[in-house]
Amino acid sequence: MKSSGEPRALAAVPRRLLLLLAIALAAQIGWRAAGRVSAPAASDLPPAPSGAALRLASLGETAAFARVAMLWLQTFDSRSDNAIPYQQLDYGRLIGWLRAVLEVDPRSGYPLFAAARVYAENPDPRKARQMFEFIESEFLRDPNGRWAALAHVALLAKHRLHDLPLARRYASEIQRLTTDPTIPSWASQMEIFILEDMNELEAAKVMLGGLLATGRIRDPEELRFLRGRLEEIERRLAASRTTKR
Amino acid sequence: MPGQTATVARYVLVEARRSALPWLASACLAAALGLAGFLSQVAITESSALQASVCAALLRACAVFLVAAHVSASVVREANEKGLELALALPMPRPAWYLGKLLGFACAGALIAALFALPLAAWAKPASLAAWWLALAAELAVVAAAALFFASALGQTVAAITAVLGLYVLARSISTIQVIAGGPLTGDGAAAAAARWFVDALALLLPRLDAVARGDWLLYGAPAAGELAQSLTGLAVYAVLLAAAGLFDFSRRNL
Repeated sequence: MKSSGEPRALAAVPRRLLLLLAIALAAQIGWRAAGRVSAPAASDLPPAPSGAALRLASLGETAAFARVAMLWLQTFDSRSDNAIPYQQLDYGRLIGWLRAVLEVDPRSGYPLFAAARVYAENPDPRKARQMFEFIESEFLRDPNGRWAALAHVALLAKHRLHDLPLARRYASEIQRLTTDPTIPSWASQMEIFILEDMNELEAAKVMLGGLLATGRIRDPEELRFLRGRLEEIERRLAASRTTKR
Repeated sequence: MPGQTATVARYVLVEARRSALPWLASACLAAALGLAGFLSQVAITESSALQASVCAALLRACAVFLVAAHVSASVVREANEKGLELALALPMPRPAWYLGKLLGFACAGALIAALFALPLAAWAKPASLAAWWLALAAELAVVAAAALFFASALGQTVAAITAVLGLYVLARSISTIQVIAGGPLTGDGAAAAAARWFVDALALLLPRLDAVARGDWLLYGAPAAGELAQSLTGLAVYAVLLAAAGLFDFSRRNL
């Protein structure tokens, strides 16, 4: 006789129940497969809450919450079938979110990295300028911790918007307001760097090299992302040279 | 009495080892590491920081839930199976039984905290990790004390777990609620003043759980020794308060 702890034989279960279980499982899988979840559209981005509300939601785990919020924010308007990702985003709302996330964890570099390297590279000059202004305002709060984002924006202003006065203004702010002796020499002489006759790829290579040499980039994902961006610039410049010929 | 307390504590640890708690803790560990690893793959920067902070936050929440559920279920089951009456029929004072249970559950919590701290050594500096482990162990001792109190007083598993988790969430958010209530947008009317007074009064009855075992300690360094000692003292005071409340209720009860 079997003990009461052991299950009964499979044959003890009515066949109709087994059939019901199989049908229910197949229906569940079919239902979920039919309605696959895709990345949210730009219009789905809700207005940003206040920093205090986000802090309340974080239950004190500000570092983890701020980074997960950035991953969530990244998904908006990022579908693979988008010709240009992030093109449709409402930049007013986006900046509100970036500001709130920075308020939750001011020491995280993620919001400004994404702002400078992803959102500021928007081909729409109006949206790009909106992001530039946000980055500049956040740089002014902590120049030694946030200069790298503004340095990248200075390059974008010069090479993408062809607005040399704006690029020089950002460069001069970096030069004037940073006091950290460990920042790379090109950043401490940013105005000269901006005025040098370099194309975008050469300037980006100098920037990346400087950041690597001073040990500012240690994260493998960040390095992979920045190398991918360099290759993208290289491809774009090669394509424009071919078109000119 | 110390000998009896130690014996009860030892049996609590034996029970925890023989229950599903070690398996559940291992499953939580695997799930947290897996989820944090996945999230770090989609990050474009700070992937290690993301992994460490998300892992720490998830493991902390898992540890709190496991301890609250284990303590509540164990205490209610013992009461339902008349094990409590059997134990009290022995020549053992009630405080010895209660404090032994609390000590055993707190030790089980410290072991879970140690297990959860181990994988975080891959990302955090030893000093920061040690502070995080110590604070998590203290936090779990408070959770164990709260669960023992509620399970003993309410006598129902679901009600006890709900009460502990409600207290925990409130304790972790009360500081931010105070900041929001004191903000300039809340107005100067009598209702706003009453709300502020209520929130401030409520905060006096809660521990500062938002100030301990934070994931950002692993990224930016633990607080100074004095600050850490102050936070741990606050938790110790609250654990003593819960133990005293539990002993008071337990001593009055007619079994």
